[in-house]
Amino acid sequence: MPRDFQWKLPGAHLHLKKKENLLTRIHLDGMLLLALLVLMGAGLLVLYSATGSNLQATISQAYRFALALVVMVAVAQVPPRYMRRWAPAVYLLSLLALVVVLFIGTDAKGAQRWLVMGGFRFQPSELMKLALPLMLAAYLSQRQLPPGFKHLGLSLILMIIPVLLIARQPDLGTSVLVASAGLIVLFMAGLSWKIIFSFLTLVLAALPALWWMLHDYQRNRVLTFLHPESDPLGTGWNIIQSKTAIGSGGLEGKGWLQGTQSRLEFLPERHTDFIIAVLAEETGLIGVSLLLALYLFIIWRGMQIAASAVGTFSRLLASAIIFTFFVYVFVNIGMVSGLLPVVGVPLPLVSFGGTSSLTLMAGFGVLMSIHTHKSLLNK
Amino acid sequence: MNEFRRQLKDPEKENRIFQFRARLLMILVFALIGVLFSRMAYLQVFQYDQHVSRSERNRTAVEAIPPTRGLIFDREGRLLADNLPSHSLTLTRELAGNVREVVDLICELLEQDAECADTLTERSRHRRRPFEPALLLDQLNEEQIARLAVNRHLLPGVEVSAQLLRHYPAGEAVSHALGYVGRISTDDLETLDRRAYAGTHYIGRTGIERHYEHLLHGQVGYRRVETNARGRVLRVVESEPPVPGADLTLHLDSALQQVAYEELQGRRAGLVAIEPETGGILALVSSPGYDPNVFVGSLDGQAFSRLRDDPQLPLFDRASRGQYAPGSTVKPFVGLAGLELGIIDRDMEMHDPGYFQLPNDDRLYRNWRRWGHGTVNLHRSIAVSNNTFFYSLAYELGIDRISAYMRQFGFGEQTALDVLGARSGLMPSREWKREVHRQPWFPGETLSAGIGQGYWLTTPLQLATATSVLANQGHWVQPRMLRESQPSSLVPDVLSDREPVPKLDPENWSYIYSSMEAVLHGHEGTARASGRGAAYRIAGKTGTAQVFSLSQEEDENNLPVDRPEHLRNHAIFMGFAPADNPQIALALIVENAEGGGSQVAAPIARRIFDAYLTPERLAQLESN
Repeated sequence: MPRDFQWKLPGAHLHLKKKENLLTRIHLDGMLLLALLVLMGAGLLVLYSATGSNLQATISQAYRFALALVVMVAVAQVPPRYMRRWAPAVYLLSLLALVVVLFIGTDAKGAQRWLVMGGFRFQPSELMKLALPLMLAAYLSQRQLPPGFKHLGLSLILMIIPVLLIARQPDLGTSVLVASAGLIVLFMAGLSWKIIFSFLTLVLAALPALWWMLHDYQRNRVLTFLHPESDPLGTGWNIIQSKTAIGSGGLEGKGWLQGTQSRLEFLPERHTDFIIAVLAEETGLIGVSLLLALYLFIIWRGMQIAASAVGTFSRLLASAIIFTFFVYVFVNIGMVSGLLPVVGVPLPLVSFGGTSSLTLMAGFGVLMSIHTHKSLLNK
Repeated sequence: MNEFRRQLKDPEKENRIFQFRARLLMILVFALIGVLFSRMAYLQVFQYDQHVSRSERNRTAVEAIPPTRGLIFDREGRLLADNLPSHSLTLTRELAGNVREVVDLICELLEQDAECADTLTERSRHRRRPFEPALLLDQLNEEQIARLAVNRHLLPGVEVSAQLLRHYPAGEAVSHALGYVGRISTDDLETLDRRAYAGTHYIGRTGIERHYEHLLHGQVGYRRVETNARGRVLRVVESEPPVPGADLTLHLDSALQQVAYEELQGRRAGLVAIEPETGGILALVSSPGYDPNVFVGSLDGQAFSRLRDDPQLPLFDRASRGQYAPGSTVKPFVGLAGLELGIIDRDMEMHDPGYFQLPNDDRLYRNWRRWGHGTVNLHRSIAVSNNTFFYSLAYELGIDRISAYMRQFGFGEQTALDVLGARSGLMPSREWKREVHRQPWFPGETLSAGIGQGYWLTTPLQLATATSVLANQGHWVQPRMLRESQPSSLVPDVLSDREPVPKLDPENWSYIYSSMEAVLHGHEGTARASGRGAAYRIAGKTGTAQVFSLSQEEDENNLPVDRPEHLRNHAIFMGFAPADNPQIALALIVENAEGGGSQVAAPIARRIFDAYLTPERLAQLESN
């Protein structure tokens, strides 16, 4: 079966002609790796401050980063075609884990998210962030694109089952991320604009119904988002304090380890979801701009890799992974700064937490694999 | 099959769509990152001021540091009001969780009575700002402190801290002169300057403590502290130390005060001694007294009501608020009026038949000695306290002149500078009677006024003041408690802005002085028993105030002895010493004292003069 290769993608020829350096040989992308290392380094500094100069917590986060880097390098060695082949198995496994967690999961803050296996705690929903785009990309890349109603319908079913399972845990943040990963695959696969717009209309119409499905605390979050001042000491506290922390940072910030809002414990969740407020308070708009620029660079590089990827599967997977990364950034900063309702989405590679950085770095491993497995041999 | 697949899959088209949508996505990413940036810039640049101030408010709290209350000394530098360290128990409601449970446990630990829990719960509501501890109990003893310490883990928000508590070493004897401080109540908070009293738990309630509250209290200091979200103080950002209250030195002589209080032997009595030269109040005693320390930080609510309900009225300051008819003690003043206004002269004599009659009136106004004193002049009338002479003189003077002349000595007016709540007494006049009683003035009432009876009322303080003015040759010195204050001098320079009593003929004044000396040192003087053996000369006058109107047939010195106590007359004495160089002017009233001024009041006065005019002081006077 002859394969049709199109090499007219922007930038793609440059990489081919480049002499392969050491990093490329072990299937890593230098630019992306550097940006990620800078991000992790900065993240550790902010975390140190946000944990109240807790060196132990910072070091344990550094270990997690190290582990995540190892995972990234390992994943990068797997050629995309294996990924496509294993996609159904990975997807089904993740789905199974999600069902299991419903029954025997561990409680944390009123939500069942965790599976404990041999001393490790992990969230199956995190796995799904990769498994779903993998599955959809694998499925759609073998179908005629743009997808017809049959394939579209099947894709939606593949997507909706895990999203609903995660939303039931309940974990609104992760289900948003998983859904957006799935939707972006559909979008990039060339879903017709007609369908996109009618879907959007449908969603808008279904919003009231969605309201009934939300848990009380989720509704509270939305209400609080709309009127944070209505309950300044209750659920509105978080958002008021985080806006105060950000705003009081000003242009230059109060200085590293000098943020009063976080160090005096006015800022809740300061080392996890609200960590951007610590950065904003201590380093000001300058620090925030640098962080945004860094994120933008990583996303731009990711999109570049996606655009230059060989084959539909790689393109769809790469774009879904990198756009999910963007959704992370946007939802997190949006909610902490009061633009979006509070849903539990961490700031990627800065917030304290293991599982999410692990999946994120595994995702970047996939990107690097796609980028470095372009030759016919490796394909 | 191959044909079919190629038809189905169009990689070029797929790629084209992908590249287009990738660009679209990237534009979206740029736009949304731009939105995030704008949002951050909006918060951090445009709303910067607002968020900074909110963050500051979050971060810091202002804690008041109460000033140390000024001390009070007597003229010899003896401490009258002190601040002693005391361990007190405070509760911060915000940290306590279930306040009632905590309070119940405290009461159980300290073995308090059943009402304790309610009282403490009430007190815990006194707080003024969040996280400010409320005072529940003070004067904890060692055992109580230990019990609380052991159970500390069960008592969230409860703290035992040392603070200064007012203490009055002289106790009962000075209670009315000094007054006392009391715990600030919820009612007080409505009228108090809360800022100035932040952190202060006590406020002057009566006497000097209240009158000079603004000096004694001092200025509140503050400490701006950094607190975390749970209100725990982390460090002090800035602080301004409190300015301690001013130390006051009073004219009071606490030794004299003590002697006077003991001399009154717990009888219902009021006594005031004034230094004529300065107007300084040497002693202001009301008997019976009370222990002012009871009002400071006692949990015993019964203490106050016991004192309030005591029929002897120990809380009532008889020295400055008790109003009594001055009786015969006004005779020197009325006599002086007669001389100075030219109604009589020093040589004028009259015959006393034992009574006086108004023209066209059958009523007999009796002398206390029914058979009269025979031939009397003013000098003898004062010495023997003849009534008839003064009936006649009063009749000649008329009420208008009496009233106006007496006002110059301060009768009917409150003249003291800093005696809280001092009453003005009553100097009756024609106008007063018309206004208050809607009746004309009757001539008989003028006669009563001439011997200090009837409507005329005075307080011991007022009588002492008038005596002091008399001793001072008419010069006014406003009676005062405060002698000096540290640091700033708050004592008014002018001794008084009142016009002196006109001194038309100095001989008249000397004549009155010598008549008053005769009361104690003359062979007929009513108080000659009290003047005997004195190392100095005393000028004075005894008096007896009627508690109820006498019938025509009775007179003040001739009453059945078995009258119920509360109907007995009051014994009065006024005077100064030494007569030729007055150092102390005195007035005292003993309520319901059988025997009157000469037998009860004058001996007490003599002992007080003796206590003040010690041989050393007299020697010192001699050498000057």
